[in-house]
Amino acid sequence: MNRVTGMNWPAVRAIYRFEMGRFWRTAGQSILAPVISTTLYFVVFGAAIGSRVSAVDGVPYGLFIVPGLIMLSLLTQSIANASFGIYFPRFAGTIYEILSAPISPLEVVLGFVGAAASKSILIGLIILATSALFVPLRIDHPLWMIAFLLLTAVTFSLFGFVIGLWADGFEKLQLVPLLVVTPLTFLGGSFYAIGMLPPFWHAVSLLNPVVYLISGFRWAFFGKGDVSIAISLGMTALFLVICLGLVAYIFRTGYRLKS
Amino acid sequence: MPIISISQLSKTYATGFTALRDVSLAIEPGEIFALLGPNGAGKSTLINIVCGIVTPSSGTVRVDGHDIAIDYRTARRTIGLVPQELTTDAFETVLNTVSFSRGLFGLRPDPGHIERILRALSLWDKRDSRLMTLSGGMKRRVLIAKALSHEPRVLFLDEPTAGVDVELRQDMWRLVRELRQQGVTVILTTHYIEEAEEMADRIGVIRRGEIILVEEKAALMRKLGRKRLTLHLQQPIEAVPPELADYELALAGGGRELVYTYDTRAERTGITGLLTGLAAAGIRFNDLHTEQSSLEDIFVGLVREEGGRA
Repeated sequence: MNRVTGMNWPAVRAIYRFEMGRFWRTAGQSILAPVISTTLYFVVFGAAIGSRVSAVDGVPYGLFIVPGLIMLSLLTQSIANASFGIYFPRFAGTIYEILSAPISPLEVVLGFVGAAASKSILIGLIILATSALFVPLRIDHPLWMIAFLLLTAVTFSLFGFVIGLWADGFEKLQLVPLLVVTPLTFLGGSFYAIGMLPPFWHAVSLLNPVVYLISGFRWAFFGKGDVSIAISLGMTALFLVICLGLVAYIFRTGYRLKS
Repeated sequence: MPIISISQLSKTYATGFTALRDVSLAIEPGEIFALLGPNGAGKSTLINIVCGIVTPSSGTVRVDGHDIAIDYRTARRTIGLVPQELTTDAFETVLNTVSFSRGLFGLRPDPGHIERILRALSLWDKRDSRLMTLSGGMKRRVLIAKALSHEPRVLFLDEPTAGVDVELRQDMWRLVRELRQQGVTVILTTHYIEEAEEMADRIGVIRRGEIILVEEKAALMRKLGRKRLTLHLQQPIEAVPPELADYELALAGGGRELVYTYDTRAERTGITGLLTGLAAAGIRFNDLHTEQSSLEDIFVGLVREEGGRA
């Protein structure tokens, strides 16, 4: 226990290392899968389709899809890692140990969400490195790129943590990522600029929160986005606050954690 | 000061099921306390509330003077819990999972301490084995090692020897005694009365969410114990003579034994009258012996008695 912060840092470290241990145990699968899928995206969208698509906002199509590809994996991996991380101890019954340990809710969240965000950032960076094999990378605002990477990974890991607490079966664990997040990500401009859509669908797209994440991230790469960087940042921060509020509510009420 | 003070604790689950009703209990430092009760009596709920896993509906719990809700960190650091279910992380190794538990309780890694625990529980050779490869008994040992990893002063053992073999049970009893010698307070729930009889200093009986009895084990057995007097007859008899019907004798051993059960608490045990009656009936015996009721007999009798009143 830290006397200055009053925090149980060894517990945070223990949870973090435990969760990261699972990632490293399946390192081959964890690392190889995003490399293969990124390669496939580049083959299909970059080479096959991309060669027939003109540059988007002055950015060659192959390069244009890089931020979207990273964001697609970042969102799905953050949710999957965090939701599985907290759901599995609930499913296996080992959650008793966390509930009976001298750990505050904040420390639990730091451990689980920190590990989930780390894994997805790592995968995001692997995708970025793989992309460099296919297109000459260009990052106009590298610090903003890192900031968006961090903010998005943490926000969606928190969202995944909420899903992992809400789910009472493996089906529910997959429900939100498959039926909500993946469609929203594909429709959020991962592979196109929403300005390319007809006015009606453009307006509809603005209701999709993922648009703001991808737009902000793309701005960090190319200095151009579907919406202004301030709005992107504001929407991402808003989603972060909503997720934090949900987690705080869950721990205050003991929802799905304590009977 | 008691190491654990439970005051007017009640728990009603969202389903409407009331698991605990106004339970008050004090556990003294260094004692081994056995909590007995039939399935669904509220044993696990009581333990889970003290350990922070279940939220009480009302009442207070203090661990070494620290309220479990207000000063939960200090209270929980004092406690180690071995749960009833064999819940383990299948893919983790023994060493990692025990070290993980120590970290959760805010302690720095101490390989020496972990090694001592693993050796004491015969787990050292299995330290690099994944938990899914271990037998049920070994997994139970791992759960104990995890609970002891942060050097708790109070250890809760929820049905610790359920489904384990005789050898492991003996090992666990030995370990519990060693822990007591080190000053650790042990609270165990069990279905095995033999376990409570063997180890406990005090016994509490819980039924339908209420503590119906808390007593020193020896005093409990003295107070509630029934005895059986067995008379070995010189000549076998076919039936108990009608004039001895009041004694409710049982015929055993192919008619060569008469068994008389009596209450040691009663003012008159009836033994003198029985012996006189036997002499009058011409029944002679060449040996006799008495047996004290086991704790199990007491427990079953008590639960039935309370059940009858309910």
